[in-house]
Amino acid sequence: MGKTTAEKIFDAHLVNEPFPGTKVLRLDAVLCHEITTPIAIDDLIRRGKDRIFDTTKIKAVIDHVTPSKDTKTATQAKILRDWARRHDIKDFFDVGANGVCHALFPERGFIRPGYTVIMGDSHTCTHGAFGAFAAGVGTTDLEVGILKGVCAFRQPKTIKFNVNGTLPKGVYAKDVILHIIGKIGVNGATDRVMEFHGSTIDDMSMESRMTLCNMAIEAGGTSGICQPDMTTVEYLWPFIKDDFAGREAALADYSEWRADADAEYDQTIEIDVATLQPTVTFGYKPDQVKTVTEMAGAPLDQIYIGSCTNGRIEDLRIAAQILKGHKLAPNVRGILSPATPAIFKSAAKEGLIDIFMEAGFCVTNPTCGACLGMSNGVLANDEVCASTTNRNFMGRMGKGGMVHLMSPATAAASAIEGKIADPRKYL
Amino acid sequence: MKTFGGPVLFLDRSDINTDEIIPAKYLTEITKEDLKPYILEDLKLPGFDPKGEKTRNARVVVSRANFGCGSSREHAPWVFEVNGITAVIAESFARIFRQNMFNCGMAAIELPVADLDEIFAHSGEADAAMSIDIEAGVLTMSGGGKQKTFNFEISPFDKALVLAGGWVDYADQKY
Repeated sequence: MGKTTAEKIFDAHLVNEPFPGTKVLRLDAVLCHEITTPIAIDDLIRRGKDRIFDTTKIKAVIDHVTPSKDTKTATQAKILRDWARRHDIKDFFDVGANGVCHALFPERGFIRPGYTVIMGDSHTCTHGAFGAFAAGVGTTDLEVGILKGVCAFRQPKTIKFNVNGTLPKGVYAKDVILHIIGKIGVNGATDRVMEFHGSTIDDMSMESRMTLCNMAIEAGGTSGICQPDMTTVEYLWPFIKDDFAGREAALADYSEWRADADAEYDQTIEIDVATLQPTVTFGYKPDQVKTVTEMAGAPLDQIYIGSCTNGRIEDLRIAAQILKGHKLAPNVRGILSPATPAIFKSAAKEGLIDIFMEAGFCVTNPTCGACLGMSNGVLANDEVCASTTNRNFMGRMGKGGMVHLMSPATAAASAIEGKIADPRKYL
Repeated sequence: MKTFGGPVLFLDRSDINTDEIIPAKYLTEITKEDLKPYILEDLKLPGFDPKGEKTRNARVVVSRANFGCGSSREHAPWVFEVNGITAVIAESFARIFRQNMFNCGMAAIELPVADLDEIFAHSGEADAAMSIDIEAGVLTMSGGGKQKTFNFEISPFDKALVLAGGWVDYADQKY
């Protein structure tokens, strides 16, 4: 019997099975940020175990609230910074070099096919776009990961999504994943890996695949996983060119992580994207979705473009294409946060930043900030935000505030009209 | 091992998320104890008061499906722990929240809907309380002069974590 990608990765990383159904895996990457790591660091110090398992496999970034906004956030940043220095963690990203973790770490080539990745952040599932098993964990799992380089999992079952067809005009990876979450529900993939296959995924860039996998957790999924292919190799090539004779050799090596044709799945779900429309959430759960046609005209106060879901260069290009020559409607304010410094620089070089600023957007530094209501764009009570982020929980972007999740294209069209608007008329 | 059982807080809704349990703006606290006042601050349910006596006295939370969905923040189990709540009983849990509970030596116990319906029938009673025996896999719901016992299963690994007092101690001995 064949294996799924997750089964192959589990088998290759298995340390032991302490109890039936629980597998302890060796970790290839332990990612850290300043919100969930400091308490782990404090606990390790308190236990007299301030050690790390491997200097090269731990990556750290200050991203959630940066530059620090007050004494508390400055203290969190300092704990992470001091720890990274103390342990000589080479890949530590401080103010000026920092960006949203799930955009920054892949951009640096840290994630490879077949890897096991954990982070104290639920959107760690993003990294499955590279054919990795990447799971968000809590601070205690992170602490053990830092100390021992292992993590325990129940072996997840896998749901196979066959996503086929050409994306219609104005429909992107964000619309596909919102549609899928709407279809299976917010716990439709709990204790499951969401493995994406099909021509639509084959045609997607790595950025789009990251958007897709990023929101696996919004359906309860342990990890999203895409199949490594030449697109994966091309993205990673600057980092792996010395490791392989050529791209074909890299592809052959990475292909061992592709699911076998006779792998067994918990469930197989067919998605035909040809009939998809731009998709928008309407309530306080990510599975509450409607088409933009149904949602058009809904009132807004703020437009937010950024985050680990949709703050990458491809997203900025799409939004700028729509915004070019337009102004923000007078009733709304717009905020753009390019997800990393490299994205910011590319956007400036390509003239995208000019387009956003001429439209009236405020362009902020890379940070998670507003997405979870911590800084740089928090909503007031009863305010509504059109957002390219991943979570629309009640009060997520600020107490009493509401969030409509959507693609960068729909957010840009909505910015122009000051209410939820269909991007297709601008394309 | 922690102690389990006592007065019950009933939260009768599915998909209660980690932002409702502890809003992100409090994630800047460095100690678990500092989270204490903010328990369930953003949860809106009829008759529920996050600052009320029922919340203050609770030692067990009973809820519905997909409890603890959303963020990976372990601050959600911690805010329960510092308020004296060491067990959550629900139809199902989000994976990360469930593991965080056991990793802290706390209990996330799943029960079938029919059992939960019987337990929720006690929600109006002032003396609603639950005793929990982790090793035996038995919990007893009492209130309004009635009492009923329910069996539950937690995985052998999760049980080992509860008995060891959490994952750090367990892993440090074994790996």
